[in-house]
Amino acid sequence: MLEGLLIGLQTAFSVQNLLMVIGGCLIGTFIGMLPGLGPMSIIAIMIPVAISLGDPSAALILLAGVYYGAIFGGSTSSILLNAPGVAGTVASSFDGYPMARQGKAGKALTIAAIASFAGGTVGAILLMVFAPALSSVALLFHSAEYFALMVVGLSAIAAFAGTGQVAKALIMTVLGLIMATVGEGALFNLPRFTMGVMDLQSGFGFITLAMAMFALPEALFLVLKPKDMKGSEGDIKDLRISRSEAKAIAPVIGRQSIQGFFIGVLPGAGATIASFLGYAVERNIAPKHEQDEFGKGSIKGLAAPETANNAACTGSFVPLLTLGIPGSGTTAILLGALIALNVTPGPRLMLDEPQIFWAVIMSMFIGNLVLLILNLPLIPYIAKILAVPRNYLIPFILFFTLMGAYIGQNNATELLLLVGFGICATALKFADYPLAPLLIGFILGGMMEDNFSRSMQLYDGIAFIWERPMTLALLVIAAILIILPSYRNRRARARARGVAEGD
Amino acid sequence: MALDRWIALILLGVCLAYGYAAWFTMDAGLAPFMRRAPIWPSTFPKVLSILGVIATLFILLGIEKGGVKEAEIDYRRLGEYRLGQAVLLLALMVAYALCLRPLGFLISTSAFLILGAFILGERKLYVMIPIALIAALSVWYLVHGVLGIYMRPLPGFLGG
Repeated sequence: MLEGLLIGLQTAFSVQNLLMVIGGCLIGTFIGMLPGLGPMSIIAIMIPVAISLGDPSAALILLAGVYYGAIFGGSTSSILLNAPGVAGTVASSFDGYPMARQGKAGKALTIAAIASFAGGTVGAILLMVFAPALSSVALLFHSAEYFALMVVGLSAIAAFAGTGQVAKALIMTVLGLIMATVGEGALFNLPRFTMGVMDLQSGFGFITLAMAMFALPEALFLVLKPKDMKGSEGDIKDLRISRSEAKAIAPVIGRQSIQGFFIGVLPGAGATIASFLGYAVERNIAPKHEQDEFGKGSIKGLAAPETANNAACTGSFVPLLTLGIPGSGTTAILLGALIALNVTPGPRLMLDEPQIFWAVIMSMFIGNLVLLILNLPLIPYIAKILAVPRNYLIPFILFFTLMGAYIGQNNATELLLLVGFGICATALKFADYPLAPLLIGFILGGMMEDNFSRSMQLYDGIAFIWERPMTLALLVIAAILIILPSYRNRRARARARGVAEGD
Repeated sequence: MALDRWIALILLGVCLAYGYAAWFTMDAGLAPFMRRAPIWPSTFPKVLSILGVIATLFILLGIEKGGVKEAEIDYRRLGEYRLGQAVLLLALMVAYALCLRPLGFLISTSAFLILGAFILGERKLYVMIPIALIAALSVWYLVHGVLGIYMRPLPGFLGG
């Protein structure tokens, strides 16, 4: 591990990569503050830039910086304006906004910065410990297990989608897999489902789809329903936190960094779930008199979600880097970018290209430090960007989605596809269909089919499913993951109707 | 019927069409040597079409009922939101896609940014035009000069 750390330090401390971290954090913070632009959209917009860098470590470092920055920027707008730019920071506004209303905006932002820093740093340390262990286990996996593991990942994403959402998430996943089969197939390079259209020969562009699923619907929602951008106009002062306050939030930060990290590792459960769960847990274990403070400007209530969401962001890198399976929409986009750079994340990554793995981990530390150093003094100025009028903002967001899709493929048909898919995605969003599973399915589809075909060819049929115990076990887990939530939901409803329990 | 079930119905149609293509049309042109392989290009799509049909039927038949969440935008009252602006912006994006090649990058981009702001209700032309021009030029420079991707800057008759 020490050797790896040194490799990472060497790579991450090159001038170019340091600039990437700083630039990524700044861009992420500024764009993440804008309501309606989440980390997924920002990363999707940044991908063309990252890919054209050509160096996978630099690209991943840049995108990870953007990711961190976006989460931090999102908490800034949650606290100052009660307009969370990112779903993961919604919980930060519960207590952050009341604090800002009480004239403690500076203190709230400071707590947010420190909590984010601690969460991110502890998360990176845990990642350093757990990722190599997990990846040495993963090396025992064959293509059959990989296929099964991807099924588990996809069904976990569907299963964690929430009550009443499992079937919807499943449909979206299958739809993503279906879209991945368009174009020249994994087998014999036969064109499939292209309907004779030449432009579909190479399949749908992944950036186009990412933009259409996330950035475009969010921008359209901003057009349809302008968010109230007016917030507390008060001066931002009183940045310091007192010693007793620091003592109060220290255990919260400690608990939430670890809890947040492990929630982030689970596929499908990202920063959003981690922050809500962190808030709920801290409220429940707080003493009675402090419990009443929650929701009215409690510093613990702000520190908990802030720590948890940053730790979870780091945690979500574990399945991506060790198994090559993204656990969230954001890491799915990162995976797409890595594949475009000819790097396949997975257990071999640490053996074949250790510099990428360790550079990313080191850049997480640097990124967290940069965020802390840059943001503490910049806090008063950061808030100014919220004054950009929406009339200018929206055309630019739309333009950047168009540009991203165009640069990827250099093809005007791609732009029409973008608009078409964007309209479909908006309709899906109206009906409360989750969009991230579609993109994850799309990205995993090709790999899943590859592994499936390889094991089919090795075993000359479908026998690998029952001849390899690990594959069978993983597939059973996948089935349980899908069935369990709907079963529990059904029982809960039956109980609510007054049906007696069996025991 | 609620919107989510209408969408499920449409997706069911998509899955059925996809399944029809996978089950009945794809294997016809398969070369003999490929037929001997245990897996055909149509195998995976066949499985997916079945899964898709099952999942859409789940929603359509309402087997899994969830609590109704408060949506950010209520589609039943879509008319009360700024639908006109959204539709116009989408039309503008289509127009941009069609004009990008023939008109060149600089003209179409500045026009897109100015018209986009105009649709949203901005009327300060003296602010909009400089911003749009600067943005178009700097993005073109970044893409062309820094990233090295060719984009025709001007219409063909101007020598772009």
